[in-house]
Amino acid sequence: MVAAARAISGKLTGFVAGDDFWRGVVAIAAFLIFWEAGSRSHAWFGFSFPWVSQVPAPTAVLQAMFRLVQEPSFWNSTFLSTLRVFEGFFAAMLIGIPLGLAMAVSRTFFGISFPVFEVLRPIPPLAWVPASIIFWPTQELSIAFVTFLGAFFTIVINVIGGARAIDVRYFQAARSMGSSTWDIFRRIILPGTLPSIVVGATVGVGITWAVVVAAEMISGGGSAGSMGGAAGGGLGFFIWNSYVGGSYTQIVAGMISIGIAGYASSAALRKIGNLMTPWLSEN
Amino acid sequence: MSVEPAVMASRSAVAQPVRQGGVRINDVVKIYGAKDTGLLAVDHCTFEVPPGEITVCVGPSGCGKTTLLNAIAGFHSITSGSIYLDDEMLCGPGKLKAQPGPDRIVVFQNGALFPWKTNIENVTFGPIMQGVMPRAEADDKARAMMADAGLRGIEHNYPGEISSGVRRRVEIVRALMNNPKILLLDEPYRALDSLTKSVMHEALLEIFYKNRVSIFFITHDLEEAIFLGHKVVIMTTRPCRPKKILDIDIPHPRDYSVLTTKRFREFMEETVAAVHEEAIKAFAAGEKER
Repeated sequence: MVAAARAISGKLTGFVAGDDFWRGVVAIAAFLIFWEAGSRSHAWFGFSFPWVSQVPAPTAVLQAMFRLVQEPSFWNSTFLSTLRVFEGFFAAMLIGIPLGLAMAVSRTFFGISFPVFEVLRPIPPLAWVPASIIFWPTQELSIAFVTFLGAFFTIVINVIGGARAIDVRYFQAARSMGSSTWDIFRRIILPGTLPSIVVGATVGVGITWAVVVAAEMISGGGSAGSMGGAAGGGLGFFIWNSYVGGSYTQIVAGMISIGIAGYASSAALRKIGNLMTPWLSEN
Repeated sequence: MSVEPAVMASRSAVAQPVRQGGVRINDVVKIYGAKDTGLLAVDHCTFEVPPGEITVCVGPSGCGKTTLLNAIAGFHSITSGSIYLDDEMLCGPGKLKAQPGPDRIVVFQNGALFPWKTNIENVTFGPIMQGVMPRAEADDKARAMMADAGLRGIEHNYPGEISSGVRRRVEIVRALMNNPKILLLDEPYRALDSLTKSVMHEALLEIFYKNRVSIFFITHDLEEAIFLGHKVVIMTTRPCRPKKILDIDIPHPRDYSVLTTKRFREFMEETVAAVHEEAIKAFAAGEKER
């Protein structure tokens, strides 16, 4: 029966592999059962499990989510966070890739910019929140800026590393075959760095989700949500608001939404990355 | 080899005389680092790579053979001496680093096909970069040359999708597309198993008989050297300089039956002691450095 299910699911999606898929299903099911039992331990067993009993049960969370997806304010929050993530992320790509390439290509530019870059890089994006609120005219911009920082450093570091790791033989071969400096940049450095750009982008977008949520919580959800209430100022604000309002199921529902959104972003980028680097795909 | 005269005739009718691509290495010295404290890699090295022939350089790993090849290719400078390609000075007094160019193409030790280009894009890279033929013409020529080298059907695969032996052949075809005067092969078959190697050797000879391009081949495999070379230059360990130069008078075209002949074994006997001696020195030097 498992074999049959395996065959069907294998046909349904290309991702579903054999044993690993079913191990995953069993693990998640076991986790959910443990969680459910833990949250309802007082009712079920007559005593409370430590810690887990404080967390709303998965069935309750599921109910909350079911309710939420019918509310426009929830989608508005999701949309606002997604928008900020992509604003910050694309700005980071747009500035980070050329900057990383320039730093990798030019020794002089590297010497000038790298020390500054390395001093700024260890500062956590969230430490930038107060400064960013003061510096930028609107809350929206300050959140986007903090989000930008989350992806920016990762992308730049990956681009520098990727461009530096290109085998010197490729440059020598290209030179021998009559390539100009521009040819070498366009036909060796760019494609040679592309896999690292994809890695940087995939990691970067994950960080961006982590950062945007925290930035929304700290700054009060930006202009759209600064008045409070259910109007929604992003998922981070949504979670904070649920906490203040005492709706614990909504907190967990909001967390899961972020997980799904982050996963979807990374998966989409990986997909795009695979399309852009066909020489790396297996088979 | 009945096609050979025809191929040679057509080449000579179109282009320059066939016998070109000779390299003369005159008293070349290469020191890495400062002149008095640096590492002496090549020590007053003089020998010739005759045009239209295969010259094989044998020596222990790290002896400085590759340094010499890089100097010819124009990837590194020399400290003194000079290197000529036919009558043109590549590097010498006043110009210690040669300009890399399509007349001297290197086939690298671990291969340097661009992984992000398909095999045919790799093969047409040179002519397109040099602007000597439009893409369509380059594609046609590449297809023909690849088919000729037994590489039909992998044109649109990426180098990562084919075996390392096939990759090496694609790389040689890519080199030949540039119409080089000399091919510089830097231990190209080092990573291959001995069976694949024997296939590659015969394929290389076949390509050589068809194209009659000069070949400068570096290896530490003595058998490979004698099998392929018109001339074998045995190098001393670092600093490198010719220890023994042999003309291998086994007639071309050769195939693997050569390996069992008396003459081949005589050459092996004559050289194996010299190579072994250098290998021991290289080993001892390595021990000292550690």
